[in-house]
Amino acid sequence: MSDFRMPSLGADMDAATVVKWLVAPGAAVRRGDIVAEVETDKGVFDVDVREAGVVEALLVPAGMKVAVGTPILRLGATATTGAPPAVPTPPATVPPTPAVVALAEAHEAAPVAAEALAPDHPTAVAEVEAPDRRAAPLAARPGVRASPIARRMAEAHALELATIAGTGPHGVVTMADVQRALASRGAALPEGAAAAAAGGAEAARPAPTVTPAAPMDGMRQAIAAAVARSKREIPHYYLSHDVDLRHAMAWLAATNATRPVTARLLPATLLVKALARALERYPDFNGFFVDGHYAPVAAIHVGIVTALRGGGLLAPAIHDANRLSLDDLNAALLDVVRRARSGGIRASELADATISVTSLGDRGVRSVTGVIYPPQVAIVGFGTIAERPWAEQGMLDVRPAVTATLAADHRVSDGHRGGLFLTAIGELLQHPEAL
Amino acid sequence: MTTDDLRALAIRALQRIAPEVDATTLRGDHPLREQVDLDSVDWLNFLVALHEATGVDIPEADSAQLVTLDAVVAYLAARAGSAGP
Repeated sequence: MSDFRMPSLGADMDAATVVKWLVAPGAAVRRGDIVAEVETDKGVFDVDVREAGVVEALLVPAGMKVAVGTPILRLGATATTGAPPAVPTPPATVPPTPAVVALAEAHEAAPVAAEALAPDHPTAVAEVEAPDRRAAPLAARPGVRASPIARRMAEAHALELATIAGTGPHGVVTMADVQRALASRGAALPEGAAAAAAGGAEAARPAPTVTPAAPMDGMRQAIAAAVARSKREIPHYYLSHDVDLRHAMAWLAATNATRPVTARLLPATLLVKALARALERYPDFNGFFVDGHYAPVAAIHVGIVTALRGGGLLAPAIHDANRLSLDDLNAALLDVVRRARSGGIRASELADATISVTSLGDRGVRSVTGVIYPPQVAIVGFGTIAERPWAEQGMLDVRPAVTATLAADHRVSDGHRGGLFLTAIGELLQHPEAL
Repeated sequence: MTTDDLRALAIRALQRIAPEVDATTLRGDHPLREQVDLDSVDWLNFLVALHEATGVDIPEADSAQLVTLDAVVAYLAARAGSAGP
């Protein structure tokens, strides 16, 4: 028998609310089964269990916000329960902030208090009803869909939800949308004031519009906390390396020429595979730094930093990226990015990344250097793949190339190792057929 | 499927990826990727969704043509009749 705890959903989330339990006592679960939907400042995620068993008890009621590490489900053993899960996870015991502890205590005292949250409490930003989140077609909206916190806030300020543009998944009106509507409604100073002060002869100039500072929404606060912590605690060093992609892009074009669109490989897939394979030889960039101690991890789970529509970031992991074929890695990449943007990311995907990769895409900029997600120790960046002048053996050519960057934890590695790791990625990309 | 059906289908596929797309203000004759923020993953997911809805394959060599919504609809219309069971 074991207690399954609220998993860490990344350095930027230290508490979560169970929105809905998907299992009841008596249900048999296998490793990877989704048992609950939880909501954080960054959205709604599916929580998957790490081991098989039979649900003995649900320890936390729906609607209750708990700190990461709080036991939420009691699992009893089944006859077939075998070895402990093979996937190593970072420690789930992120110490709860005093605010979160107070909130959890307040909820234990009064479970129905979830309904009475103040309108400006940063609990919910992008809640989407479960059936809509999973269904593919975008159904006609019978009424305006909004997250509960957005609905309460709009009601409190006598705003019509129907007049607010929704930027959440499937057009859901989020708390940030309501805040924006409030800010623009109450912002402009009276235009006549400046003219009266300036006197008659001058043409009247409208007073500058002052937008009252809007509180940061939950997603923004979560990111702010995470990057501030990262920069405060992790001494970053930075390296950059230009990689010739002539062979890689030629191989990709030839491979894709004979494939249907459903099997088309993206350049990003080659980049992620090369990164994952290079990590096999450089374990000092693949692991977790916790309590003053670095623990390299054998498995390679690459977190894909994904920009969300309407703002914000998520970095769900592709598990065992080094062992996936290019086709499987490509499918996983398309799938995880789609789910990061539309809903359906699992807790294990958020908790398990052993390194992250960031790219601003094919319409981005020449290079990007990331901020390390604690407790990881490195983040690789890829700029836009574009044609560049390329000098080789005294001759000038034009080739597709990409700038690869590394930001790494100087407590764990030095620039020399970082340089070897980055150049190893470049070398692997010279032989795309072997990836 | 009529051209109007295909256009509606393409817009729905687009909205599944980019929910903020407003069908009434989207211009069919301007580059799609200048009106809607779509990265390479979004774009490929969009093309795959079009393929799944119409049965039309979109080989990479033809991708360069699919710049505007009008071009996408015309491409599908030319091939949708002869595709699929």
